Amino acid sequence: MTQGPTTMDQANAPAARTRISIGPLLYYWPRRTVIEFYARIAESPADTVTLGEIVCSRRHELKRDDWVALARDLAACGKEVVLGTQALLESEADLREMRALTAQDEFLVEAGDSSALRTLAGQRFVLGPHVNVYSRPALEEYAALGAVRWVPPVELDLGAIACIDPADERVRGGPAGDVPIEPEIFAFGRLPLAFSARCFTARHYRLKKDECGFRCIEHPDGLRLDTGEGEAFLTLNGIQTQSAALHCLITQRDAVLDAGIGRIRLSPCASHFDTVVERFDAVYNGGADPHDALEALRELPLPGELVDGFARRAPGLQEIDT
Amino acid sequence: MNAPRDTMRKPELVCPAGSLRALTLAVDAGADAVYLGLKDATNARNFAGLNFDLAQMRRGIDYAHARGRKVLMALNTYADARDPARWWRAVDTAAELGADALICADVAVLGYAHRTHPQLRLHLSVQASATTYEAIEFHRERYAIQRAVLPRVLTLSQVAHLARHTRAEVEVFGFGSLCVMVEGRCALSSYATGQSPNTAGVCSPPSAVRWEETGDGVQARLNGVLIDHYAPDEPRGYPTLCKGRFHVEGQRDYALEEPTSLNTLAILPQLFDIGVAAIKIEGRQRSPAYVEQVTRVWRAAIDDCAAKRERFSVQPQWVAALGRWSEGQQHTLGAYDRPWR
Repeated sequence: MTQGPTTMDQANAPAARTRISIGPLLYYWPRRTVIEFYARIAESPADTVTLGEIVCSRRHELKRDDWVALARDLAACGKEVVLGTQALLESEADLREMRALTAQDEFLVEAGDSSALRTLAGQRFVLGPHVNVYSRPALEEYAALGAVRWVPPVELDLGAIACIDPADERVRGGPAGDVPIEPEIFAFGRLPLAFSARCFTARHYRLKKDECGFRCIEHPDGLRLDTGEGEAFLTLNGIQTQSAALHCLITQRDAVLDAGIGRIRLSPCASHFDTVVERFDAVYNGGADPHDALEALRELPLPGELVDGFARRAPGLQEIDT
Repeated sequence: MNAPRDTMRKPELVCPAGSLRALTLAVDAGADAVYLGLKDATNARNFAGLNFDLAQMRRGIDYAHARGRKVLMALNTYADARDPARWWRAVDTAAELGADALICADVAVLGYAHRTHPQLRLHLSVQASATTYEAIEFHRERYAIQRAVLPRVLTLSQVAHLARHTRAEVEVFGFGSLCVMVEGRCALSSYATGQSPNTAGVCSPPSAVRWEETGDGVQARLNGVLIDHYAPDEPRGYPTLCKGRFHVEGQRDYALEEPTSLNTLAILPQLFDIGVAAIKIEGRQRSPAYVEQVTRVWRAAIDDCAAKRERFSVQPQWVAALGRWSEGQQHTLGAYDRPWR
């Protein structure tokens, strides 16, 4: 670390921009809706966009070539584009699809599981949130493979992230081991909590997984699961289980920055997502008041309550403390 | 790759030991190997009153080794960001005490064990969520794992395909409680209680469970969240989060999974054909009596299958014995034949 005469200048310099990253679309939307959604993202303050179907290999509104075409369009609009690999691979067909993504070198790839890591070794890549990294030595293992960015598991708190990959002593990755690995925190959206071989949406409709009728498409924010007392608890999204509440780190801005985190991931929802992106950008990069922004978000018809427990080392469902 | 597999070899029977008593009973009942963990968050069954301190572990290893059996140590949670060294100490302990293998999920732990104790045999835990041969080979090439325990989400044909394409031995679950989620990738418990299998070695921890009598039965809550409501005449289960009854579009149901037990006795000949190296019984949190009786049944079944593969059939007394220990009193082949597919 540089000490001495420059300290004053650094203190007065404007803080570095917090990069806004749009996480992969976790739901199954009609093709036209997806195209229109990303057309709006192209105009948004987002810096990075992760594309691809990472939840279910049966979904086919967009095929790999369509995602790549979309990636080129977004890149032409100045966005950094990352392609995500599927989180749960089971069949040889799943592996072929994953290899097709990791073999291309036009876009950075986000590894969804350790199968992808084997094929990505030696390249620059992003560690997705479903690759388990809970300590600095674990991050160092993946850094040695070529990781340049890291999306921590959603249950990891800010203190742990700061402990693993602090701003002043980043783990170094990349093919030459000289790239400081940046953490990118899951900062908005229903939390992806679990994966199963079983499709819960199909189960709900008493359908077989292989004859599911693609009923996911009827639920643009997933299918809500309530407790026996009518409290929204979880969300069924095919083989993925999410929280019903939306994780939201808008009031955690200072804690996020203090933890040395310079990238925030916003996970798409079906309505008012443009406003969400603008509010986060205004708070993280425009000096807007976080609590005013929270109130503004709460007034939107978002699909669930806003929570932030995981960031505070508390149960994930804990509401934002205001 | 397509490594030739010894399909004539009898799979090892790997049994759970939550205590020294369970360990001795499992060994006496015919387990080829037992697996156990230390009394802390370094293993995925971190429950009060369970697991081994150093003296107990030493005695357990002596007992098993004196009878030609193996002891596998589960060190299958993820090293904590704030104190990873505790996991290294557990690795050192396993090596010093002479454990026959370590069962690990975290690449940090695998990396430490592989570099510090290269002679120590490593098994990839189910908690590593390695669902493909690419994932298993990744761990084999980097950390020299010699065996992988497969997640309970693969069908029998997927297990066979995977086994043909990896040089690591394959271990599968044969009996016990069923995880419907991919192990090592489930933060449901963390979401509700702040404690999860990956971080604390627990799922739906007893400390978060509350039973409340109401006018029309009993409510089971997990950190306040209503997981299930049992009518007075209904059998009550432990409120594991994914096995609760919830409402989806106005319909009350086991929306994720019914409380059932995995039992693969019926497909034992196919598991032999695939060449699985070991069959694992789940349940370090279960009683020594469970361990003894389940081990006895599986010992008989594996020996029977080895002796007369073509004519193997599941004996009614085995089914009856295992039925007594099944969660929800129901047996299923789980993902292996995937009725929901």
